[in-house]
Amino acid sequence: MSTLLAVDGLDVTFDRHRVLADLSLHVQAGEILGIIGETGSGKTTLARAVVGLSPVRAGRITFEGTDLTALRGKARRAWRRAGQVQYVFQDPLRALDPQHTVARIVAEGLVVAGTLDRAAIDARVRAALAQVGLDQSLAARLPGQISGGQRQRVLLARAVALQPRLLLCDEPVSALDASNRNHVLRLLADLRDRSGVTVVVISHDLSSLAGIADRVAVLYGGRLVEQGPIGRVLSEPRHPYTALLTASAPSVRREHPIPARALRPAPDHRPVAAFGPDACSYASRCPFATQACVTAPSTAGSEWSVACHHADAWRSRLAVGAMSTRRTA
Amino acid sequence: MSAVLRVDNLHVSVGGGSGTSSAGAAAAREAVRDVSFTIGRGESVGLVGESGSGKTLTCRAVLGVLPPGVAVTGGGIHLGGGSSGADVELTGLDRRGWDAVRGNRLAAVFQDPASYLNPSLTVGRQLAEQLRLKRRLPRNQTRAAAVELLAAMGLRRATAVYDQYPHELSGGMLQRALIAIAVAGEPELLVADEATTALDAAVQAEVLDLLRQLREERGLALLLVSHDLAVVAEVCDRVAVFYAGEIVEQGPTADVIANPRHPYTEALLRVASLGDWRRRDLEVIPGRPPEPGAMPVGCRFAARCAHATDTCATPVALSTVDDRQVRCHRAATLELVGA
Repeated sequence: MSTLLAVDGLDVTFDRHRVLADLSLHVQAGEILGIIGETGSGKTTLARAVVGLSPVRAGRITFEGTDLTALRGKARRAWRRAGQVQYVFQDPLRALDPQHTVARIVAEGLVVAGTLDRAAIDARVRAALAQVGLDQSLAARLPGQISGGQRQRVLLARAVALQPRLLLCDEPVSALDASNRNHVLRLLADLRDRSGVTVVVISHDLSSLAGIADRVAVLYGGRLVEQGPIGRVLSEPRHPYTALLTASAPSVRREHPIPARALRPAPDHRPVAAFGPDACSYASRCPFATQACVTAPSTAGSEWSVACHHADAWRSRLAVGAMSTRRTA
Repeated sequence: MSAVLRVDNLHVSVGGGSGTSSAGAAAAREAVRDVSFTIGRGESVGLVGESGSGKTLTCRAVLGVLPPGVAVTGGGIHLGGGSSGADVELTGLDRRGWDAVRGNRLAAVFQDPASYLNPSLTVGRQLAEQLRLKRRLPRNQTRAAAVELLAAMGLRRATAVYDQYPHELSGGMLQRALIAIAVAGEPELLVADEATTALDAAVQAEVLDLLRQLREERGLALLLVSHDLAVVAEVCDRVAVFYAGEIVEQGPTADVIANPRHPYTEALLRVASLGDWRRRDLEVIPGRPPEPGAMPVGCRFAARCAHATDTCATPVALSTVDDRQVRCHRAATLELVGA
C-alpha cells in the first residue's frame, strides 16, 4: 500500500496556544483511518490543516508528493478546485445553505470547478445522490425539509460528486441514532470498496469507528498518542488514554477488562511534576505519570505505535482490586 | 417500594387544542399513546427509542414543559406520596402548582448544558440562587453550601469554579454544575434527557457514574432518556423501549438485553454498541417508522419487522408476562436474540 497523505511534524498555533504539536501521521491509499480524541484534542484542526483551513506554523502536509503547505496563489486555487481532497463538515444543518436545494448544493463544487457543462453536472449530481442512497425526489428539497440522516448524506454527496481521492469526514455520525449511524458508516465503507476512495473519519465515538476503520489514530492535547490496527488498539490499548477511552465507552454488555475508574486520576490527584508544554500531553491527567513524563515521549513502533514512557509498565501499576468490574453481564 | 412517579395511560397529542372533545382529539395527531410506567424511590428507569418515538415528549409531559400546541390528552402523571411530600396529579396543575413542584420535587438536565445557564452570571451565583429559593438558606450560608455541592458533584477546585462564568468551563464541568443546580432543591426525581449525549466518551462515563452515585447516596430516582441503549444499560434498573409513540417492551434492563421479547428491541440491540471492538458488522434497521397521523391500526413496527404475519395487522395490546410487558402478537412464540 502506498502513502496517499503524509503529515510530518505538523505544528498549528492559535494565539500562542499550540493546538497541534509535532504531529506525524500517514494515510495509506485505499484505507479507512479513524481519528479519535476528545473535544480540543486537535482532531478537527488536523483535518482542517489538510484542506488549508488551519494556520500551519511548521511541518509538511504532502499529498502524493505535492507539498500542500507550500502551495500559494494560483497553484493553491487550482489544487482546491480540482477537489482531490474533500472535507465533509461536522454539522450538516450549518454546513448546508438553507436557501439552496439539495441539487444545487451537491452541484456547487462542480460549478466552481468549471470543467463540466450543465448536462454533465446534472448527471454527476444524480450519480452522487444515488451513490449515497438518496432518492432523486429529494433533489428539489431544501435542507430544512429532510431528516438529519438525509442531510448527512447530502454533505457526503456534495463531496463525492467531485470524485475525490481522499474524504475527510468530521464527526459524520455523532448526531444520528444507532441505526442511521450504521447506515452512514456502511455508506463510507461501500464508497471505499467500490470507488477506492481513501477515507479519514473523525469521531469521539469508538463504536462508530470500530465497525469500519482499518486503522485508528488517537489524539490527546494536540499530540498523537497511539496509532495502529483498530481491532488490536481498542482491545489491547498500550496508551493509558486509549485504555480510558475504551473503558469509558458505554456498552450493553460489560466486557471491558479494566473499569474506567481505575484509569482516571483520583479525585485528589496531584501531578507528580510541573508538566510544561514539552511534557507528554496526557501527563497532568495520567494516573501513571512520573518525573520521566516532563519530556514528550517519542513515538515507538511503525505498524502500531505508542507515545508513552510507561507503555509496557502502566498495567502492572493498576491499583489492586481495581480489576473487579462494577457490573456483571 | 412506593412510587415516586406513576405515569398512567398517558396520551400526548400534537395540534387539535386541548382535546377535551373526542372530535378535537381525532383531528390531533397522537404522538404518545397509552404510555404507563412507574419509578420507585432511588430507582432508575430508562426511556429508549429513535428520534420521534415519543420518549422526549413523555418526559416533557412529566416536567410540564410540552411545546406550544402539544398537550396531554389523556391519562395521568402522578407524583409522590410517601414521606417526601403530598400526592400531586401533575396533569391538572396550574402555574403556581408547577412552581411548587419543579425544582423542589422534580428537576431536569438536558443535552446542551451551556444553553441552560445565564452567560453573564457566575456558575456559583446561579447555584446559590437555587439554594436560597429552594432550600431557604440565608445569604451568608449559600456560598459555602454551593461550593460543597459543586465538590460533591466531582468538580475539582470547586471554590474556583464557583467564581467562574459558564464559558470558562468545559461541557462536562457545565453538566456537573447543572446537575448541582438540579439537585440543589433536593428533588425526589431527576429527569436526564440525553444529558450525556454531547459529551466526550470519557466525560460521559464520569457523568453517568455521578448519576449512579446520586441515586445511591441521596435516594434520587432517575428518569433517563436516551437514543443509546448502551447508555441506558449502564445506568438503569428498568428500561421502557419506545417505538412510534408507544412502549413496545418494558422490564428489568439486564433481562430485556439478555432476552428481548419484542422484535424492535432485538433490532435495537443489533445496532447498539456491544463493547466488542472486533465486531465488524454494521447492522441497520431497514425502513422508517410510520408518520404520526398515518399510524397503522395494527402493530406499528410490523412494516419493518422480520417476524410479521397477517395477525400483526390487527391492534395489539401490551401484555404482561412475569416482570415484562410486551406489545407483540407473537411474543409468546418468537425466539429472539439478545446481547
